[in-house]
Amino acid sequence: MANFKININGKSQNVDVDPSTPMLWVLRDHLKLVGTKYGCGVAQCGACTIHLDGTAVRSCQLTVSAVKDKEITTIEGLSENGDHPVQKAWLEHDVPQCGYCQAGQIMSASALLKRNPQPSDEEIERAMNGNICRCGTYTRIKAAIKTASDSQIA
Amino acid sequence: MSKVRTGIGRRSFIKSVSLAGGGLVIGFNWLACKRAEEAAGKEVAMQMPDEWFEINGYLKIGDNGIVTIYSPNPEIGQNVKTSMPMIVAEELDVDWNNVIVEQAPLNTDIFTRQLAGGSQSIRQGWESLRMAGATARQMLLTAAANQWEVPVSELSVEKGIIKHKNSDKSIGYGEIAKAASQVEVPEEVELKDNDNFKIIGTSRKNVDAKKIVTGKPLYGLDVQREDMLIAMVVQPPAFGMEFKSMDAEKVKDMPGMVDVFTIDTYPEDMEKEWSDVAAFSKLVVLVGESTWQVMQAKKALKVEWELNPELTKDIQILEKSAGLEDASGLESSEFHTSLMAEAGSKNSEVVRRDGNPEKAFKNAARVIERTYTCPFLAHNCMEPMNFFANVTEDKAELLGPIQTPEYAEKSINKRLGFDLENIDIQMTRMGGGFGRRLYGHFLVEAAVISQKLGKPVKLVYTREDDMTNGVYRPAYHVKYRAALDGNNNLTAFHVNAGGIPESPLFANRFPAGAIDNYLAESWTLKSNISVGAFRAPRSNFIAGAEQSFLDELAEEMGKDPIQFRLDMLERAKTDPVGENNDYDASRYAGVIKLARDKAKWGKESSEMSRGVSAYYCHNSYVAQILDMSMKDNQPIIDKVTCAVDCGIVVNPDAAKNMVEGGTIDGIGHAMYSEMSFKDGVPQHENFDTYRLIRHSEAPKAIDVHFVENGIDPTGLGEPPFPPIMGAVANALYKATGKRYYDQPFMKAQSILG
Repeated sequence: MANFKININGKSQNVDVDPSTPMLWVLRDHLKLVGTKYGCGVAQCGACTIHLDGTAVRSCQLTVSAVKDKEITTIEGLSENGDHPVQKAWLEHDVPQCGYCQAGQIMSASALLKRNPQPSDEEIERAMNGNICRCGTYTRIKAAIKTASDSQIA
Repeated sequence: MSKVRTGIGRRSFIKSVSLAGGGLVIGFNWLACKRAEEAAGKEVAMQMPDEWFEINGYLKIGDNGIVTIYSPNPEIGQNVKTSMPMIVAEELDVDWNNVIVEQAPLNTDIFTRQLAGGSQSIRQGWESLRMAGATARQMLLTAAANQWEVPVSELSVEKGIIKHKNSDKSIGYGEIAKAASQVEVPEEVELKDNDNFKIIGTSRKNVDAKKIVTGKPLYGLDVQREDMLIAMVVQPPAFGMEFKSMDAEKVKDMPGMVDVFTIDTYPEDMEKEWSDVAAFSKLVVLVGESTWQVMQAKKALKVEWELNPELTKDIQILEKSAGLEDASGLESSEFHTSLMAEAGSKNSEVVRRDGNPEKAFKNAARVIERTYTCPFLAHNCMEPMNFFANVTEDKAELLGPIQTPEYAEKSINKRLGFDLENIDIQMTRMGGGFGRRLYGHFLVEAAVISQKLGKPVKLVYTREDDMTNGVYRPAYHVKYRAALDGNNNLTAFHVNAGGIPESPLFANRFPAGAIDNYLAESWTLKSNISVGAFRAPRSNFIAGAEQSFLDELAEEMGKDPIQFRLDMLERAKTDPVGENNDYDASRYAGVIKLARDKAKWGKESSEMSRGVSAYYCHNSYVAQILDMSMKDNQPIIDKVTCAVDCGIVVNPDAAKNMVEGGTIDGIGHAMYSEMSFKDGVPQHENFDTYRLIRHSEAPKAIDVHFVENGIDPTGLGEPPFPPIMGAVANALYKATGKRYYDQPFMKAQSILG
């Protein structure tokens, strides 16, 4: 066990865990931030996607010891009132079915739009291909990303 | 307006009120409620009421007019948590903006069929949900009439405001709710005519959407309790094996670990429910303080396994009779394939025979025979199996994702010996169901573990545990034969269907009833791999196979595939063969025509490869036309046009979402997904090798159209899923010149390259 000071959603947090613990479980078990989901544990489904210094990463593969002074953003910290353009677009298109994968989808989509505010269809597909949705909401997700893209430009 | 007897007597009503009291709300504080529209993202300022008045078990009204409606059925992503309360709100005549929705816990005294399965929630809840709203409305009106000393017939109500025709009197539901809660429950209530619907048939956003997109705790895996421990299981590595021994001492000393032991979830003498499906009853359990710590201990634990002679003896007999040298009783996919091919080549149990099919085949000018297969599938709900249990000396509290809470309660009653009133089952929102969570062994496991520890426990399956646990979609095999005469007329049809361990045959569905000489046969093979219902059970294979065969048959007969189907349906409508035809030929033809017209069938560009398919299941009709093109030798699905007849559509945009999702899910499973076995060991245990459809493989556009016929609603969660597999196969043929008979189609990907 070791003590780690990490910056999550703009707040400094202390956790006492094994250095090998993935951020996924630090968030969920120790910090009670359960918006980040467990889906596969092997970086294949994208449900656990968070931002590390603004880039989408799979938190199941990011050990707590590797974070150091980088800034972590989770779905809970994406916006203060749930009004990030991507979240608003998700509501407008009423995207979720079961909803379990959607936090990860939103984190991947928001990171994409940050680095590429006007992605093409192919760029959206490439950026989102690591996020599985068993319910099959892919067409709505793509439409919502386009809406969010447009709203950022407007 | 139609008068309907409520069937709610005074006695049962009083019972309902007492059961639906304050405790119900307190129990759900952790899923803190929000108004329906606010939850969907609208900013609305509204105070919570100071006092709530229970009107009936489905709803309560606050003194300020806010209404809480309990959604009775489990929410697995089919959106009943929005659409069921919409039906109550419709008859209640309340402003949807003033509605809060809460998930009801299991309560068999108030609700019937609290189950997510068979696409039946809306269909079977339709009347009771409407009556719950209408009864409450009637009581509110009666209370206002009493207060004003006027007849009820002089009152009208709109959006929760009652008005008196002959004066300027008006009163809100909130102000009269207290008096209404004292009113005698009416024996008859009037239900609205469909023309007067104001909420049903209008799109309302998912009531949990805001919580979903902001990452609020909603799911079983999100449950947190003080002093809660994390439990995980280790199950045998192969179907047919069982626990022998383990060396747990070192693992018990690992950081955060509390205990390691074995359980027997379903002892042999326990009377099981249908939902108690579990391939592995005896499990190793690891318990610790945090998920990661238990995962590490799980990896380090050494367990010895051995063959279970009870499970493997029947398979050994099969293996020996097939001449296998190594008759271990542990199954492999290769063995399954050869067994099914052999079984499918023989005559089997005749389930239906019309006319004289044998003679027609004998006299045929041509016989067309094709065989179709599909593999086992894992459900792969994105949220792996899990459950929270807190079992004390005399009470069992269970909270988590379960599609069958009523049966789970019975299982707990049998397993722990607790009376039903001491078993409290509450449902979280579920990260997918698809049939997997009908089988609540994980709930029983959690309860047994909690009881043994005397502590609250959250049982967590890893993805690997989830994918290798069984309860799979069975493997199926079907052979179709068609007899054509010298003029290319279809004279006989033969379906011979089977599977491991169940047959996919629906002998009385189309094309039965449309052909004079018809033969349907069915067979099954034993297995020790556990299976369960998987989105549209049996239909999820036989629809695609049948619709592929009809496509090939139409081509052989020189007919347009849509006109061929419509001609057969016309025959089934005007001069049906046999009496037990399980479909309405007019509604069936209706969706095909609607899809044909919307997709502008026959007018597509020459570069577009089109496949059509249609099917009837779960009381609904779906036709799909799929447009495909090839890019770099890979199929691209440009568009799918869907036509659906599910009667009245309660929540149109959400219903479209469901059809889009079912379509994509169906394409994915037909093209990519497969569970295979070697010596009883599942060969895929995570998404690195088990393929699910991904973003880039989804259709570029899906166009959904509903038939408007005013018929009471039927199923929607399952019906769009099975037929699309046929449309995929038929479009692939057009695009590649090759027919695809064996799912998953992209296993034969090299053919395209």
